[in-house]
Amino acid sequence: MITETVSAPSRPSAGVARRKHDDGSRPGGKRPGGNRLSREGGFASAFTVNALLVLGCAYMVLPVLWLFFAATKDTADLYGTPAYSLGRFAFVENIAAVIGQDGGIFFRWMGNSVLYAGFGAVLGGLVSVMAGYAFDKFQFRGKKAWFGFVLLGVLIPNTATVLPMYLLASVFGITNTVWAILIPVLCNPFGVYLARVYSSSYVPDETLEAARVDGAGPVRSFFSLGLPMMMPGFITIALFQFVGAWNNFMLPLVMLQDQQLLPVSVGISIWQGYSVPQPEFSPMVITASLLSVIPLLIAFIMLQRFWKSGLTAGSVK
Amino acid sequence: MARKTSTMSGTGGRTAALFLFPFFAVFAVAMIAPVVYSLVLSFYAQQKSGLGFGGAKTSFVGLENYVQVFQSETFTGGLGRLALYCLIYIPCMVGGAVVFALLLDATVARARKLFQLLVFLPHAVPGVIAALIWAYLYTPGVSPLVQALQSGGIQLNFLDAHLVLPSIVNIAVWEWTGYNVIILFTALQAVPREILEAARVDGAGEIRAALSIKFPLILPALSVIILFTVIGTLQLFTEPSIISKATASVTSTWVPNLWAYDAAFNRHNLNQAAAASIIIALLAAGLSLAVTRFSSRMNKA
Repeated sequence: MITETVSAPSRPSAGVARRKHDDGSRPGGKRPGGNRLSREGGFASAFTVNALLVLGCAYMVLPVLWLFFAATKDTADLYGTPAYSLGRFAFVENIAAVIGQDGGIFFRWMGNSVLYAGFGAVLGGLVSVMAGYAFDKFQFRGKKAWFGFVLLGVLIPNTATVLPMYLLASVFGITNTVWAILIPVLCNPFGVYLARVYSSSYVPDETLEAARVDGAGPVRSFFSLGLPMMMPGFITIALFQFVGAWNNFMLPLVMLQDQQLLPVSVGISIWQGYSVPQPEFSPMVITASLLSVIPLLIAFIMLQRFWKSGLTAGSVK
Repeated sequence: MARKTSTMSGTGGRTAALFLFPFFAVFAVAMIAPVVYSLVLSFYAQQKSGLGFGGAKTSFVGLENYVQVFQSETFTGGLGRLALYCLIYIPCMVGGAVVFALLLDATVARARKLFQLLVFLPHAVPGVIAALIWAYLYTPGVSPLVQALQSGGIQLNFLDAHLVLPSIVNIAVWEWTGYNVIILFTALQAVPREILEAARVDGAGEIRAALSIKFPLILPALSVIILFTVIGTLQLFTEPSIISKATASVTSTWVPNLWAYDAAFNRHNLNQAAAASIIIALLAAGLSLAVTRFSSRMNKA
């Protein structure tokens, strides 16, 4: 009801707005009249809004910050000093403990995570982008039904298929091998859905038509035109797939028994199991957690533009 | 327009198949086949021969496994717990995300870029590590939280049988709120500024504009969020399995996913594990279908 009155006759109200602001040239992202509004809202409301935002962000940031503080402490200080203060600086010792634990297996685990997540991101991203591009650019019989399968895949939670995958993989004897991880990480129905959105917004049909007239086949025009034009979308999908595979816990937990094959998520959870009865392991486990998170934190901060665009594309229909 | 469809259909079928083959091959291997195989497995059972040696033999038992799963008190208990978890988690997380996004979109908000980055930060932390951090933040002796409450005279054990469910809800809220704030904030940015300006001219205050103009316009984005949140809650596995190491309050069959894991790896009853997985998948599909239906009706209305 409200939606209608708002969305349909936006023209007259736009007129009002324009008369108020006689200069039509406002900078893109900035909203008109922001300053005046804040003056009207008064100091109190500006303070309340920003204070609430700071409070919300504190809730988000403080646990991560705790990890940084805790990683610099030895066991005595971890239990004996206030959480957000510095004790004796034991960060280097803690890192040495991580490296020394179980014969330096931590870096093996990190390497495995990079392999599984990187493979899923690059190859899985390509698989998704190709399929999404096909759904957007080609006409073929049964398109709706095939896309229905993709949506079905989006709707079924990952963990619900992990045990079935394990059961099937044990028939073929590929549990406890890298393939038990590498094949499933290629499957990303949501990536296909995103790629379809990106393809329709980034790749104009006219360009492909021109390429066709020039004699380029559909495969060539995908790799030389479509894919480069969709590159931001590809990076976004790959980023999401990387994070998904890096965070995956249940699949490797179920599939892998060999410690040498574990990704860092499962590895750290095993070490956490040690630290519960023996608190002296805690600084080592906390430091390992921090080391495993840092690459992701950096990637997120560097690639802000991409994850934002991914979240936006995912929520439009 | 007509020209476009004709040229495209000329390249149609075979090329499309070429582009779609890799995805559907992986999809068949990693999703369809496992589910179908589990479905078959769920209709059979291993029966030990009377004397206890000579191996087990497999026989068709129809829906027996499903009946056993539903008769298991630990499974139905876990299902109830998951329902309770959803009832607490979804309103808290979605409500929190809406409020935060509206605050961020308020004209008086400062440093929007920085706030967005900070609020998204927890999402860069893997679930295992998030659960591990909070496990420490709930542990007396280490936790600044417990300490602060104690100095205020409040004694709380976040990991006891009563509080462990809300404690796990809090971990999930922490992990997912920021992610959804960004989605909602982007939707809010798309609200035409002229409308807000007009409302202001008509004398609507900031809060009024947020509630009666902005909120209805982000309902479509909100319904997508709710859909993915519902699917996500059924996945619940990582957080309770990490927390279960720190407290006995989380049992090995605490939620349906843990139950299925326990059936496969501790009780070695693969057929029952298959049946439980099928139940979880059907539940998820059914629920997300219901949410989709409901939200499309809501958006039309």
